[in-house]
Amino acid sequence: MVRLAVVGLGKMGLSHYAMINAHPDVKVEAVCDSTGYVLDVLNKYTGVRTYTDFDVMLRDIELDAVIVATPSRSHGQMVEVALNENLHVFCEKPFCLDVTEGERLARIATERGLVNQVGYHNRFVGAFQEVKRLLDTGAIGAVTHVLAEAYGPVVLKPKGSTWRTQRTEGGGCLYDYAAHPINLVNWYLGAPQSVGGSVLNQIFSKDTEDEVFSTLYYEDGKSAQISVNWSDESYRKMTTKVTIWGTQGRIYADRQECQVYIRDGASIPAGYQRGWNVRYTTDLTEAVWFYLRGEEYSAQLDYFVRCIEEKDGNDNINSFEEAVITDRVMAMMVADAEKRPPVTSGIAPRPAPGKKFGLLFGGRKAVS
Amino acid sequence: MDRLLFGDNQFFGVNHMSEEKARAQMMRFQDLAAVIDVLDNAYDEGVTSFMCTTHDRIAMVCDHMRSNPQRYKDFQFLPCMPYAHKYANAVTEDGMIGALKRFLPEEGIVNAALRGGMSLARKDIEGITTLLVDAEMKMFTGLNTPVIFLQNVVVDLLLGLDFKAAFRIFADHIKSRYNAEPGFITMNMPKLLDALEEVGIENPIVCSNINKIGFRMCGGFEAYERALDEKKFRAIAMSVFASGAVPPREAIEWICQQPNIQAIVFGASSKTNIRNTKSLVEEFWRIN
Repeated sequence: MVRLAVVGLGKMGLSHYAMINAHPDVKVEAVCDSTGYVLDVLNKYTGVRTYTDFDVMLRDIELDAVIVATPSRSHGQMVEVALNENLHVFCEKPFCLDVTEGERLARIATERGLVNQVGYHNRFVGAFQEVKRLLDTGAIGAVTHVLAEAYGPVVLKPKGSTWRTQRTEGGGCLYDYAAHPINLVNWYLGAPQSVGGSVLNQIFSKDTEDEVFSTLYYEDGKSAQISVNWSDESYRKMTTKVTIWGTQGRIYADRQECQVYIRDGASIPAGYQRGWNVRYTTDLTEAVWFYLRGEEYSAQLDYFVRCIEEKDGNDNINSFEEAVITDRVMAMMVADAEKRPPVTSGIAPRPAPGKKFGLLFGGRKAVS
Repeated sequence: MDRLLFGDNQFFGVNHMSEEKARAQMMRFQDLAAVIDVLDNAYDEGVTSFMCTTHDRIAMVCDHMRSNPQRYKDFQFLPCMPYAHKYANAVTEDGMIGALKRFLPEEGIVNAALRGGMSLARKDIEGITTLLVDAEMKMFTGLNTPVIFLQNVVVDLLLGLDFKAAFRIFADHIKSRYNAEPGFITMNMPKLLDALEEVGIENPIVCSNINKIGFRMCGGFEAYERALDEKKFRAIAMSVFASGAVPPREAIEWICQQPNIQAIVFGASSKTNIRNTKSLVEEFWRIN
């Protein structure tokens, strides 16, 4: 039995708690959150031990592992305390807002041989795993470009005041949404050399961005583009997708399916054929012990548990070390976006039409 | 309960196979008339039970049915609540308690405010749960709702948290306030049956994926077979075609051979598909 505690009972923490609590090899010893309300309700109806103080909890009970799902800004501090107690750690994404801190924690985890994993669940989506497998076998030849996108309807009006809507807390479209497609690109292509053309633009939010665009450059001429918008109502829910062009074909994948076009003369993987191939989630997804909101969420926690049981901290998917690569790319994008655009047209922007006459004469006035 | 229930995934762009197909469906069913058309097709084929999410657009379907009582006198709604994305996005914007407050009825309705305010303060989930249920049920006023379901995201969250008391609260409220049968949708049917038994919900209506290839049947295919064989509950099978992975004829033939299946829920966008499914079910499984 793995003795575990869940820290932070927001949207992700609560769902992690439900899934891990149903895991046959895990005993959830306690949950911890800074606000007492959710804790009191849980304790009253389920009897789980609750704490508002992380350090007190660690002093009180014997644990093997923790799941950290607090607001992103506090990840580093929580993770460090846990590692120093020799606990295996599963941390929600993004890992650390401060890249240097993330690197240091990754080193500590490795030195101590502790299992360390970050919740980039897309790496457990069957279709995205299939993409990785196809790239590794060279099915579409040499990759030239990746387009990684995520869209969804989170912030649709000028409102909202939780940590998720504040960049300083680790919220916003970049950390919340863009982290996922960036992480997929890092998985497929590795760490980029540089980033450029980054746009972190506000649409409705006051304290953070709602859309993110950027180009990632790689040493051999490969590139990737990130296109993300969490204020897009045309999507029913968050949708992440990647398109990858190679010399021998093209791959498109989202959570549901993996569409592959393979050119003549390519080394065709078993089960695939020249031209179009489609693999659906029903073929690519492995069953899980408990389903709450997608197999990938259950699968990543199961993987974490199995790594603990097999005492194999070095064979982790989404290790701290890998998550730091994504953190670093995001930090690079923030720095890039803050620079002024390097190439300008020299044409002065048109003055905005006067408000008073805007409705009637705005268009004509601006032209004259 | 009817043997064949009509689902609503196709109307809202829920498609477990393809995003493209989902979007095409959203475009097609943007106009309410297109939704009503398909519901009419189903109704005229004798599929008169509509198992639907409490999505804002369903409120418009409800209005349509209410304004044509003669035409739809046998029409039944089987509401499935809540529409979870609405809540999930609200939590990101307003936080947990803020989101909860947003969906509770407006201040001024004295009873509701008391029930909600006091239970928030007492950490008593009964008041809040029943208020949320009532808010979701508002759109069905005056319509026939013989079974009211709790959606799988909520059922499975509560199941995972071991928050079994909530099942009982939901069931009791549905029975007493709406004189209807409570139903539970789940992706973890064998585990849920044990939990419902523990809180004394007898012979429950449980809707889960049941298909030939075991797609999203968590707990394992054998556990599902055993539950169907041995447990006393009313099973509704969904995802019988496993999102299209099993051909219709093969899928229906198989499901009709399983014990204890009380009903099948299916979605379709055309008259032909509705008719085909109906005739397959009639062929393999005598509908009275």
